[in-house]
Amino acid sequence: MRVPVSWLREYAELPADVTARDIARKLIAAGLEVESVEAVGQDVSGIVTGQVLEIEELTGFKKPIRFCQVDVGEAEPRGIVCGATNFTVGDRVPAALPGAVLPGGFAIAARKTYGRVSDGMICSEAELGLAESSPGILVLPPDTPLGADFVELAGLRDEVLDIAITPDRGYTASIRGVAREAATAYDVPFRDPADVELPAETGESYPANIADPTGCDRFVLREVRGFAPDAPSPLWMRVRLARAGMRSVSLAVDVTNYLMLELGQPLHAFDRAKLTGPIVVRRAEPGERLETLDHVVRELHPDDVLITDASGPISMAGTMGGLHTEIDEKSTDMVIEGAHFSASDLARQGRRHKLKSEALYRFERGVDRELPLVATHKAVRMLAELGGGEILPGVTHAEAPVETVTITIPADHPDRVAGVAYGRDTVVERLRDVGCGVAGEGALTVTPPSWRPDLCDPNDLAEEVIRLEGYENIPARAPRSVAGRGLTPAQRLRRRVGRALASAGHDEVINYPFVSAADWDALQLPADDARRRALRLANPLTEDEPFLRTTLLPALLRTLQRNIGRGLADVAVFETGLVYRPRPDASAPPRPPVDRAPTAEELAAIEAALPDQPLRVAVVLAGHREPAGWWGAGRPATWADAIEAARIVAGEAGVELEVKADRHAPWHPGRCAALFADGTLVGHAGELHPRVTKAFELPARACAMELDLSLLEPKASGTVVAPHIATYPVATQDIALTVAGHVPAAEVEAALRAGVEAHGSGELLESIRLFDVYTGEQVGEGNKSLAYTLRFRASDRTLTAEETTAIRDAAVAAAAERVGAVLRGA
Amino acid sequence: MSAPNKSYDPVEVTALHPDEVARARDEALAAIAAAASLDELKQVRLAHAGDRSPLALANREIGALPPQAKAEAGKRVGTARREVSEALKARQAELEEERDQRVLVEEAVDVTLPWDRTPRGARHPVTTIAERMADVFVSMGFELAEGPEVEAEWFNFDALNFPPAHPAREMQDTFFVESEDSGLVLRTHTSPVQIRALLGRDLPVYVVCTGRTFRTDELDATHSPVFHQMEGLVVDEGITMADLLGAIGAFVTGMFGEGLKTRFRPYYFPFTEPSAEVDMQCFVCRGASAEPGGEPCRTCRSEGWIELGGCGMVNPRVLVAAGVDPERYSGWAFGLGVERTLMFRHGVEDMHDMFEGDVRFTQAFGMEI
Ligand SMILES: [Zn+2]
Repeated sequence: MRVPVSWLREYAELPADVTARDIARKLIAAGLEVESVEAVGQDVSGIVTGQVLEIEELTGFKKPIRFCQVDVGEAEPRGIVCGATNFTVGDRVPAALPGAVLPGGFAIAARKTYGRVSDGMICSEAELGLAESSPGILVLPPDTPLGADFVELAGLRDEVLDIAITPDRGYTASIRGVAREAATAYDVPFRDPADVELPAETGESYPANIADPTGCDRFVLREVRGFAPDAPSPLWMRVRLARAGMRSVSLAVDVTNYLMLELGQPLHAFDRAKLTGPIVVRRAEPGERLETLDHVVRELHPDDVLITDASGPISMAGTMGGLHTEIDEKSTDMVIEGAHFSASDLARQGRRHKLKSEALYRFERGVDRELPLVATHKAVRMLAELGGGEILPGVTHAEAPVETVTITIPADHPDRVAGVAYGRDTVVERLRDVGCGVAGEGALTVTPPSWRPDLCDPNDLAEEVIRLEGYENIPARAPRSVAGRGLTPAQRLRRRVGRALASAGHDEVINYPFVSAADWDALQLPADDARRRALRLANPLTEDEPFLRTTLLPALLRTLQRNIGRGLADVAVFETGLVYRPRPDASAPPRPPVDRAPTAEELAAIEAALPDQPLRVAVVLAGHREPAGWWGAGRPATWADAIEAARIVAGEAGVELEVKADRHAPWHPGRCAALFADGTLVGHAGELHPRVTKAFELPARACAMELDLSLLEPKASGTVVAPHIATYPVATQDIALTVAGHVPAAEVEAALRAGVEAHGSGELLESIRLFDVYTGEQVGEGNKSLAYTLRFRASDRTLTAEETTAIRDAAVAAAAERVGAVLRGA
Repeated sequence: MSAPNKSYDPVEVTALHPDEVARARDEALAAIAAAASLDELKQVRLAHAGDRSPLALANREIGALPPQAKAEAGKRVGTARREVSEALKARQAELEEERDQRVLVEEAVDVTLPWDRTPRGARHPVTTIAERMADVFVSMGFELAEGPEVEAEWFNFDALNFPPAHPAREMQDTFFVESEDSGLVLRTHTSPVQIRALLGRDLPVYVVCTGRTFRTDELDATHSPVFHQMEGLVVDEGITMADLLGAIGAFVTGMFGEGLKTRFRPYYFPFTEPSAEVDMQCFVCRGASAEPGGEPCRTCRSEGWIELGGCGMVNPRVLVAAGVDPERYSGWAFGLGVERTLMFRHGVEDMHDMFEGDVRFTQAFGMEI
């Protein structure tokens, strides 16, 4: 809402010396969101009113050019060249004289053009900053004084407050509402533009009735006949409309817009000649259509509130008029509609038809129900005065009864909300300031004014008192300390995981969760892969990426690529975030009423409708894990680093990961590990499939890991029990085992452990460590040799060589039996 | 040399003669002093203190002496041997010290060589600042509450007093999960967690929530379709706007330091009533840039104040929808944008930096913020 300060001052008797900035400050303190204060026309000067005395048509040019003698109230007329032709001798016009400045700092000087010296310029509305474009110059009314300062006369110099209307303050979408707030803020008198004396009702005008009282509870029609369709809008109105950001269209349209801006009541004008039969306000019937002003034929919805006549729908109530009953450049007889519609019905209607209009903007924020009679009366009076029409005496006034809203609050309710002792008198006074009726001896019975449909609850009233008393006067009370339990184990784990991965050289990134179907292909996911079943957005930012991620990897791989593209060769990045896995049989969640808590069943049904949203952590790596340097060669990041990243994460949870070879996209089928925690698959890690690195334009052998933290969290170890530290000497046994090349090292180690356990010496085994892997002639084609150090220690004695050798032999025997291992050098 | 078992010889054997012992000792001491290296000293030790050295051989003769002579000779030889042994020990220490000096000098390295062999990672500043913001409240006894990102409209809107089709819903450009009547949205704010906290916990409730939120804004310098919010919620008996202001003051102190003023401006949120936007005094210029003649300030654009976030008293309608008796309980809620806070607290100029994943951006922030 753009509010010219001059207009505001018409209804709020603000002190002459307060600036627009000051007004803005006060309004902001009162809760209006003043976004800007714009000075308009401040740089414009040197424009006077003149009268065209003579017109000499110059010939020989590509377009008609006139040389005019213009009386500007000086001794001699001025000769001015003009390219417009929409004026005649005797017309009064605004003339910018040499030395004048037009909007935008455009300076006027006497200059030679078309063979004459032009001693100034006759101005158009566009040149005066009143319109985007104009077809000709601005012709002023014949009674305009000559030689007057046009800037002053037309009120070109003004300041405009741009106010964003929050949904609760619909009444400030009008000069009336803002003026009322300004007057309260300055404690000065407010003159209500709606305060007009209405004529006694003298019977009906154009016949109308309300068939749907839920959509419309007041419907008023007034008529004007014999209106001059070509009558111009007066200059003052055009200036104000321009300042408020509205285009001047025609007198009839301008009047309805002007009154909407001033009062906040949208009005609609029908061409009387185009109406057939009585008007009925009702909901749409199946199959009905309406071609609206924007030339769109709209299929109407049974919930749409319509204005109809015998021909069918003629307007979408409070939203947009129909094309076929609209006034045009020939309309002389008009029916003016002012009505009060249901805010929520109209809001839904606008949403349904994706329609926005100034009228709808106001109706969905709540319009004063007492305005239709006033606004239609002002409209027909202005149309008659300015357009030469005749007001028909009748008033059509259909209405449905509405309940008066009263709110009862304890007189100290605002005090208890703010934590400030305002006292009863202040509360009553402030509520009256906003227009409420206040009654009651103990508790206050408050009747909000008709223009404040937003005031429904005790806290709404508290807010009015508190804001008018000033938010700046609320004291701060030191926070009370409460007995909280701190972060949960899962929350602490998440922080540790982030720190551990970062400490290990990975950089955290945050990616958007929007992905495309092409990403699934790039990851080489099979057609039936569960990760292809993704939620789709109804209104994605780009149609290319309508899905919500089911894996962190695609975006992370793109981030990896972006870094490499920016010249960083060795990159390891990680992300922690949710993925979204739709539940195949989910139905839409219920929407319980909000005047009570949902039942347990309703809550369960809502939860069941939500997708599964596990927390994942993923790491991707490319280039070197350790760079080459003066110490020697670097170490490329490999599949092992990806698995190690998973171990780091699991380690923070105190969980030992079990690693098994797997084939799983997007990983290299021979370099992919499935990761298990307590037998549950929690993720995968390894080197990426060459096709994947190609698709994401990554260097060969880039690696990745993705782990489900939600699965890991519940497996996190609890309280640590301190180990007993044995101080007896350690006894080590080194063994080298030959096994077939395909036997996983993890299985060999498991066999060794099993052998030790079987021997009953599990407690003595301190560790098993693989220290060498060898393939070559000595172990035979297709075999490999794995060398282990077994460390033994007892807590109560020094182990003998015989003891540890016996345990070793048991371990080797188990390896021989389980994985076919042969002890080398035996 | 005599046979060791000559049991009765009244004359002392030559080797035990005081002159002989003294000579052997002196020779030994001279050789020890002359030893120039640890290797030479090892030879000297063998020659003059070894099993076959003159003093060792003399020592063997003692056993054959008569008791009186035995004691005398024993004392004489023992003293000499001790002197030699001490000299050896001293020379050994001297030579070792010399060697160590030399070797340590030879082993010197260039300690200014770079060792960028172990890459260091970092956490994203949005993560760490969100943790820090939450921790200010956690340290006051609040608990960290959570909720899903794909959320039911009932939680995201209905229960927060956004009636269907109300213009308030338009304040938050929403991503809808297909189809539009699926009843599911990407949460537009962290406020649905308020409802979850109230439904899932016993009163009183003191919680803070940080998390990812979504609105259909294109990414530009100051907007992102994915961003993060932090939100605090208190529902208890007798809570007022003064408590809200006090808590925000504590938050500002925790994040920006002591002595900064805050101010409320009336605003509108459906889920709070009354509602306010809250500004804090600029922590860089402390308001001086807005004074006449003040130095310009980039952080607050010389306005002296920084818009912090939105807040208000929990709308009793929200309490009702969450099963809380508004006659008995009241509460406050306070929320702010994590990215915006990061931007003005750390001078991040472009939202792109936070979501492009350039590791150079992350690395600048380390492990904590
Ligand atoms: Zn500043």
